[in-house]
Amino acid sequence: MMELTQQRYFSLVSGAVFFAFMAALPLILSNIGLDGDGRYHIGVLNDIGLYALLGLSLNIILGDAGLFSMGHGAFYAMGAYTTAMLNTKFAIPILYTLPLAGCVAAFFAFLVTMPILRLRGDYLLVVTIGIVEIVRIVLTNDVGGATGGANGIANIARPEIFGYRIITPTQFFYLIWGFVAVTVVVFYALNHSRFGRALNYVKQDELAAAGNGIDTYRYKLMAFVLGAFWAGMAGTLYASKMKFISPEAFSFSESVLLFAIVILGGAGSIPGVILGAFMLIGLPELFRELADARMMFFGLAMVLMMIFRPQGFLPTRRRRYHAKQEVGKFSCAAGSLCPLDNPVFTLDSHVPEQDLPLFDGPRPLRDTELDEKA
Amino acid sequence: MSTILSLQNLIKTFGGLMAVAGVSFDVEDHSIVGLIGPNGAGKTTVFNLITGNYRPDSGTVIFARRGITNMPTHKIVQLGIARTFQTIRLFQEMSVLENVLSGCHCRMRAGLFASMFHTPGQRKEERLAVQRAMRELAFVGLDEQYTNLAKNLSYGNQRLLEIARALATEPSFLILDEPAGGMNTQETQDLMGLIRAIRSRGITVLLIEHDMHLVMEVCEKLVVLEYGAVIAEGGPEEIKTNPQVIKAYLGAEDD
Repeated sequence: MMELTQQRYFSLVSGAVFFAFMAALPLILSNIGLDGDGRYHIGVLNDIGLYALLGLSLNIILGDAGLFSMGHGAFYAMGAYTTAMLNTKFAIPILYTLPLAGCVAAFFAFLVTMPILRLRGDYLLVVTIGIVEIVRIVLTNDVGGATGGANGIANIARPEIFGYRIITPTQFFYLIWGFVAVTVVVFYALNHSRFGRALNYVKQDELAAAGNGIDTYRYKLMAFVLGAFWAGMAGTLYASKMKFISPEAFSFSESVLLFAIVILGGAGSIPGVILGAFMLIGLPELFRELADARMMFFGLAMVLMMIFRPQGFLPTRRRRYHAKQEVGKFSCAAGSLCPLDNPVFTLDSHVPEQDLPLFDGPRPLRDTELDEKA
Repeated sequence: MSTILSLQNLIKTFGGLMAVAGVSFDVEDHSIVGLIGPNGAGKTTVFNLITGNYRPDSGTVIFARRGITNMPTHKIVQLGIARTFQTIRLFQEMSVLENVLSGCHCRMRAGLFASMFHTPGQRKEERLAVQRAMRELAFVGLDEQYTNLAKNLSYGNQRLLEIARALATEPSFLILDEPAGGMNTQETQDLMGLIRAIRSRGITVLLIEHDMHLVMEVCEKLVVLEYGAVIAEGGPEEIKTNPQVIKAYLGAEDD
């Protein structure tokens, strides 16, 4: 019997159930007699949603492409500050700044990662730490006089969607988690495509990937650019939720937290990263009564986790392909190689030309073409 | 017959060691050519120079009348040169099918947006790629194992999977680095059939191999390297009796 998680529609059904439950959660929380009608709890869920978004965007870089980046807070900060500046100085509505913030963060990522992508593993990690620190220090020192220095930027507007202003935690809940849902669908699709596979090839063996025709540099760059784009958009949501941003929110420890969310939840796994956000943001809130001791227990839990389950709580599941009908369809299958000079193996009979995938793009020169040029 | 690959006076040094010291030879289209020589003669280095993994200090590589010296590896693959590795370099944690799909990658066009939204064109291309990959798996006899993880295959089958992956790039030129390494007699025998079958698909094969039986049976031409230089070139019979080759392999008698 097939495992439950290997069933065809498992991802679709489990995802739909999860988001349906999340959609009902504010209603449940505000009707079970919590203090303040559950506003605090919904606020925590909003934080979890934001970190889930950031975690998912980092997951492209760290989980899928295997690039150790501990500087994700830099892209997040670029997005948040872009929105804050455009909104407070030029009164551009938050919704319009969303893609702009993404683009600025993506362009920044493009510029700063271009020269460092040849670095591997821990070397890359150290450089990304440098990047996030530089961004934080630039923001704090108010270089250029536009970031408000250590005081940050205040009076950022609330987002407005079709004339409907998002103000309360519940409204933000639907905005943030709606964005998470869209992100999950898009990133899931991306994972199950040529692009997602290419990132995995780069992660597993860069040399073999290049040796099989994959432009590894380009894919590493695209992973950073896409991850930064999404982090920049998450920064927009953060800025408009808080109405105020300052460099403290984008410190190095934020980047470490994001790194931990991805690794702890399960690098490369979308449900894993969301679970990671619940655990790293939600659990400390749940154990607030333990006061300072909670962080100690938390650190201990993380250490144990890395020892006993290094692949994360919900590791990636394998992709499924519908290839069963192809098994045994072609001659010379079933593990037996052809006898010498078997005529079955000529190109014409074995792989009929008209059945060959008709990919556009550069093809190897055929012998006829060579003869023409001779 | 025309020349498909031509190496002209390639030189590559590592520190003080001259690994490839002025190697020149031509490979005819549709032929099977063996590159042999004692350990450390620079055979794999020559392969790495052809495929762009190393850049030569001087000299040129011409493939299908086009200079490919200093071209990045993935571009060379797109032009039609595929390779396997001496030490197996599969994507160990991925399935057999996904390994072969990596070869299809360079013949696919779906970009970031098509991949994000699974456009009809992307779906069709994906379906064709899976079909193409399964064909190559059937060609080497691994189609029934398509869901297995690459690391769970036997050593010999891992070598075959590398060949299937290379073939999925739709090459016109295939470079095999010790394809029979770690194979038993029967597997080696089957491999010889496979190499001939690859050639009969119109693909030129250049291989490094230490199994002399395989080399002498399959190759039409041999190039012998010693200390980074070509010491002999010719058909198997010619090479077998060449005194310089015998000296390189067995050592010179004391005079």
